[in-house]
Amino acid sequence: MTRMLGLASVWIALVMAIYGIVVAVMGLTRNKPAYVASAFQTVYVNFALMTLAIGAMIYALVTHDFSIGYVAQVGSRTTPLLYTVISLWGALEGSILFWGWVLAMYSAVVVWTNRHRVGGLVPWSTVALLSICFFFFVLLVGPANPWHLVSPVLADGPGPNPLLQNHILMAVHPPLLYLGYVGMSVPFAFAVGALLSKEIHSDDWIRLTRRWTLSAWTFLSLAIIAGMWWSYEVLGWGGYWAWDPVENASFMPWLTATAFLHSVMVQERRGMLKLWNVNLIVATFLLTILGTFLTRSGIISSVHAFTTGTIGYYFLGFIALCIVVSLVLVAGNSEGLRSEGHLDSAASRETVFMVNNLFLTGFTFVVVLGTLFPLVAEAFKGVKVTVGAPFFNKMTIPICVSLLFLMGVGPSLPWKAASREQLRRLFVLPSAIALAIVVLAVMRGMRDPYGIAAFAFAGFALSCNLREYAVGTMARMRAHGEAVPVALARLIAGNRRRHGGYLAHIGIITVAVGVTASSSFRFEREATLKPGQVMPVKGDLSVRLKQLWGKQEPQREVVGADVEILRNGAVIGTLDPRMNFYRTQETPVPTPAVRSRPSGDVYINLMAYTPDGQSATLRVILEPFVPWIWFGGLIVAMGALVSAWPTARRAERFASVPLPPRGPVGSAGVAFPGTGLSGAALPMSQAPSSPTSTS
Amino acid sequence: MSDVNDTVPDATPTRVSRNPSRKPLAIGALVVLVGAFGYLMYGGVEENLVYFLTPSELVAKGDKAVDRPVRLGGQVVAGSVQWNADALDLRFKVTDGAKEVLVHSTGAPPQMFRAAIGVVVEGKYGRSGVFESHSLMVKHSNEYRPPAPSEGGHPARLDKTLIRS
Repeated sequence: MTRMLGLASVWIALVMAIYGIVVAVMGLTRNKPAYVASAFQTVYVNFALMTLAIGAMIYALVTHDFSIGYVAQVGSRTTPLLYTVISLWGALEGSILFWGWVLAMYSAVVVWTNRHRVGGLVPWSTVALLSICFFFFVLLVGPANPWHLVSPVLADGPGPNPLLQNHILMAVHPPLLYLGYVGMSVPFAFAVGALLSKEIHSDDWIRLTRRWTLSAWTFLSLAIIAGMWWSYEVLGWGGYWAWDPVENASFMPWLTATAFLHSVMVQERRGMLKLWNVNLIVATFLLTILGTFLTRSGIISSVHAFTTGTIGYYFLGFIALCIVVSLVLVAGNSEGLRSEGHLDSAASRETVFMVNNLFLTGFTFVVVLGTLFPLVAEAFKGVKVTVGAPFFNKMTIPICVSLLFLMGVGPSLPWKAASREQLRRLFVLPSAIALAIVVLAVMRGMRDPYGIAAFAFAGFALSCNLREYAVGTMARMRAHGEAVPVALARLIAGNRRRHGGYLAHIGIITVAVGVTASSSFRFEREATLKPGQVMPVKGDLSVRLKQLWGKQEPQREVVGADVEILRNGAVIGTLDPRMNFYRTQETPVPTPAVRSRPSGDVYINLMAYTPDGQSATLRVILEPFVPWIWFGGLIVAMGALVSAWPTARRAERFASVPLPPRGPVGSAGVAFPGTGLSGAALPMSQAPSSPTSTS
Repeated sequence: MSDVNDTVPDATPTRVSRNPSRKPLAIGALVVLVGAFGYLMYGGVEENLVYFLTPSELVAKGDKAVDRPVRLGGQVVAGSVQWNADALDLRFKVTDGAKEVLVHSTGAPPQMFRAAIGVVVEGKYGRSGVFESHSLMVKHSNEYRPPAPSEGGHPARLDKTLIRS
């Protein structure tokens, strides 16, 4: 019954998607609005159907209906309820079902929020969305069908992959990732819609696209950080990033989306880079599909690679189709994609955006190459190779350091051209801060040039971004006599997009500091201890093994070690690293224990023990500043939220402070003043006094 | 940068053609940049490739495999494991059935490490014929399959007296 409900929902959604595509195209080509309206209806119906399907699957999982293939694959009566529910995305078929549901949801939101918009953009985008839906529905009734009948029905199943039921972040990371990953389908659909409806020259579609990219990007950023955290908390090696193909898969579209979020400003402001931006959107979408192909087709072995059959060919075919369609559409719209402006000066914000894009796409190339190289080598040369972390580090650290530098330069420079005097005024203080950090780092014994440069540019960029707030706030305080918090709040409210962007920068800088510090100053020590024995770690810090213990849980056996952390011999905390033995996997899954402070983490992993409890091998890792990474991720999300929050256009006048205007604001509708102080110059009396009137 | 003009309002979408004399220069710069980048990248990949080899392949490669990052996969030879718990010093042999390679690693082996289990070690093959490993992984099968009784099932994890209720 549950099975029939789920399977029927997907099949009907598949047929509806075809119907929607057909009537939308007919309505558009024969100018019949009723047809288009009918296509819009199918998008809502599909969302309802997919909700039904996913609800049926969750019901089947919770009720342990082992007659359903997917439940028999990942379900177990002993798995705790939460992990039973989230095993929905614990294997291939369920994750594709979840993908389909998120896509159907996004499609419904896109259509609903834009249903009154005139022109062909939304209907054509709907065609694109329904086509992507169609592809995933085909997967769901074909190679990734979760509903196939199991016979004979077993009394119990194996449960989810132990690694995926060992930490609560598994309830957080995958949904965020899907919201981000699938969200990139929407900008792609808008691009295809704009190309098909010949509205590519309009500013309308790029504004819509920018907002959707930003929200998807935010989810993707959070998902990447959550994934790093999961890896840190579960895998037991004390790291958070290993250039694993799966991590790369989530990172590649993030890079191109980041590039787009910057270069789109050049388009809105200066009418340049139109072709480039369309390509970035297409590339981002293709990279999400490529990432799914890599991680879901089983050609790369990792946690995420579920054993599968033919699904890889479907993905390859879909990627090829998308490339061809995009190329044809872009070629057919070359007139609408022509640049309207040109670069005025090397010392301008648009130049920095272009260099930033060059670095970000270069970064993407490095990651794509490193990720795909083993596949290519195996296919053509028959050798099994991996491209190790040294390659990625060697290639990407210089890029990261450069990007940190640009993150400070970009916000400081005005559009068009900066004068020599401006440059001097803008960069003297941040450069001095950077220099001071270099001196300090060298004095403290740091020798790695990239590490030093990373800290220095982080300080540089941080001071540049903070100054944008400081200068604007002080100008408001002078002009309106406002108190600091009021002035700051109104400054941000006056141009949320801009100031949210700076906040996101500050978040990224925080992440960069966390990554640099934790990798530069990581300290690791390992020893085999008897209960009561103390192991010196570093300086006045040591750990003492108290005892070993075991626990039988329904789904696993747990072996733990109680460890005391000592400073100068006094206990300052206890940790209990564990090892979990699941019935279905020989290798135990570790649960390292972490004592987290802003200044750094004490990370202890139980490596081995003797069954009589008389000795345990512990690995103690000291990693400074690791929490900054997670915290930085939150700042990024907050910045993105500030940027993406719907703002009425009249809110722009908050930006007004009595300085001479630099010229009219861009044609894009949303003002994006060149420097922090050159907003639309309205008379002061018009500036509303309440920051709440922005909705 | 001759045409700096701060007073032109950018709201008017007049198409300004780029100074034609600058175009080849820009393209040239781009080609050089992309070329240099590509070369760097290719060199970077070549240098940092980690080959996945069996003991037979490693031995057959001889000198060519020495001092290069390698992932060596095989089975731990029964009776070859020498583990010094105090010095955290581990020596064992890895075989693929045909050839054996002596592996040396520091640090505790994973809990499941034992004779006859599949392992992957990452490190470098030294001139002395000892493989210096910096990372030791027990090869876990990702198949969901409880161990058969013939494989001995699971050994006791921990003495009963240590089990908390």
